[in-house]
Amino acid sequence: MRIIFALALMAIALPAWARLEIDISKGHLDPMPIAIPDFVGASDPERQVGAQIAELVRANLERSGLFRPLDPASFIEHQSNINVQPRFADWRIIKADALLSGRLVMESDNRMRIEFRLWDVLDQTQLVGLQLATTPENWRRIGNKISDVIYQKLTGETGYFDTRIVFTAESGPKTDRVKRLAIMDQDGANPTFLTSGKYTVLTPRFSPTAQQITYMSYASRTPSVFLFNIETGRQEVLGDFPGMTFAPRFSPDGTKVIMSLVQGGNSDVWVMDLRTRQRQRLTNSPAIDTSPSFSPDGSRIVFNSDRGGSPQLYMMNADGSGIHRISFGKGNYSAPVWSPRGDLIAFTKSLNRKFHIGVMRPEGDVERILTTSYLDEGPTWSPNGRVLMFTREPRPGAGPHIWSIDLTGANLRQVPTPGDASDPAWSPLIQ
Amino acid sequence: MKSAFVSLTALLFISACASTPPAEPAPQPAPEPGPTRHTPTPSGHMTPLPPVPGSIAEFQKMAGDRVYFAYNAAQLSHEARAVLSKQAQWLNRYRNTRILIDGNCDERGTREYNLALGARRASAARDYLVSLGVSPSRISTISYGKERPIDGRSNERAWAKNRNAHTGIVSGAVS
Repeated sequence: MRIIFALALMAIALPAWARLEIDISKGHLDPMPIAIPDFVGASDPERQVGAQIAELVRANLERSGLFRPLDPASFIEHQSNINVQPRFADWRIIKADALLSGRLVMESDNRMRIEFRLWDVLDQTQLVGLQLATTPENWRRIGNKISDVIYQKLTGETGYFDTRIVFTAESGPKTDRVKRLAIMDQDGANPTFLTSGKYTVLTPRFSPTAQQITYMSYASRTPSVFLFNIETGRQEVLGDFPGMTFAPRFSPDGTKVIMSLVQGGNSDVWVMDLRTRQRQRLTNSPAIDTSPSFSPDGSRIVFNSDRGGSPQLYMMNADGSGIHRISFGKGNYSAPVWSPRGDLIAFTKSLNRKFHIGVMRPEGDVERILTTSYLDEGPTWSPNGRVLMFTREPRPGAGPHIWSIDLTGANLRQVPTPGDASDPAWSPLIQ
Repeated sequence: MKSAFVSLTALLFISACASTPPAEPAPQPAPEPGPTRHTPTPSGHMTPLPPVPGSIAEFQKMAGDRVYFAYNAAQLSHEARAVLSKQAQWLNRYRNTRILIDGNCDERGTREYNLALGARRASAARDYLVSLGVSPSRISTISYGKERPIDGRSNERAWAKNRNAHTGIVSGAVS
């Protein structure tokens, strides 16, 4: 992990963003030092919100593991005007590679304007200069969007900060557990319950527009896959299936939901068109077939089956043809989920009484185990395919929480939640 | 009036004193030797009556309402078949009853796979009851996967208990 500096001569041929760039392909992280002073403002309220936004950006970038925001106490220059070049020498002394200068202006009509410039300290050039206007209560989303701009500019990849996590909030004793649908920002801020807890809910997942959630609930007479509209709060059972439905996921274009249906005790994979409500059976075996997940192009489906005698990962075409096994390592495999980039499949593996989150290529090779604990399960991808969240019970009897880890296997962290939490699902970037 | 009030207060005081237990028990006379006196106290312990025929309590006592499975398996053991046979006997006697069989798993598996496994366990119990003459129209099944453990601990004994199919009488039993 190091920062790549293009030679001055080569820079002519390279796009501007390539001059200061983090190489994120390597496993060992050497985070980039970046200076993010509190955003300047002419009044106390402006400075206060400006400080909140800067703190949020620092926290986001630090949590990614790719950046090391410097302590503001070490800053030599204190800019009051962000529309002039910074004194680069002052920032080089404290070993900042990049500098974010921001300004916040409260305007009439309860609007605020935010301006920010991202500087390449070593190259002494501006990488980004943007402004936007919004209402003050949106300061957190603005901070997340600015974080995404910085991340994109300095890593070359899309960010994932302006996103949310839907999950199951858990409370009560294990033998009488209350499980509620809940949603929060990617950093754990603004947790909100979406259901009352009267009925158990499991395995929520976002639609590609992040406006809908599909999940499984015991609210209906037969436990079923539900749809939840985040804007209206409306919940509905999806389809009128002749048995329990579970393990739902949206197709990448959002037009279908794929799931398992139980008939006569046997689980098979079905797909339902959300517009026509037509349903189609995709697997037909006496084995367990569940946890289906589409490839990003919608052409293939990875799923979990014990048709070979133990739980393993299988691949099929979107019409159910061409079924073949892809997991051949030691242990049991389950809960596969396809990366939004398409290049990898994340899964849960149990081996030697431990549970692991791992990744493999869709062909089933190049398996890498990223985590180990008493019970790690149910990975979900950040929208850029760079970070995984999952459920962890670190040891027997310990309540579950949500954790995250970088695709390289570095930067393992617990995601803050109001209490016990499980089944995280990462939203796409919010539009 | 005043004197009446005073005497009432005094009376209350006296009665309060009277209810206070004496500091020392009065000496008891030694029991007199003589013929054994007959006491009306019932001899021995009270024993419960058997459950009312046709009640859920009778079903649970006669048959047992839970059968257990090996890890990641839905095959019925000999013990499970014996319990289910007794369940079938009872169910064939009380033909107005309806049952819900819920399939359950221990916590050592992923959530969705366990939902499928629990469904398979409930179905295994159901199929065996049907093979013994219980009408399928009287039986519903549900899977809770690993969501409803009956033992909240995380050890071999708890896991063994939590891998089960539970037969609940939902209607038609004598209450």
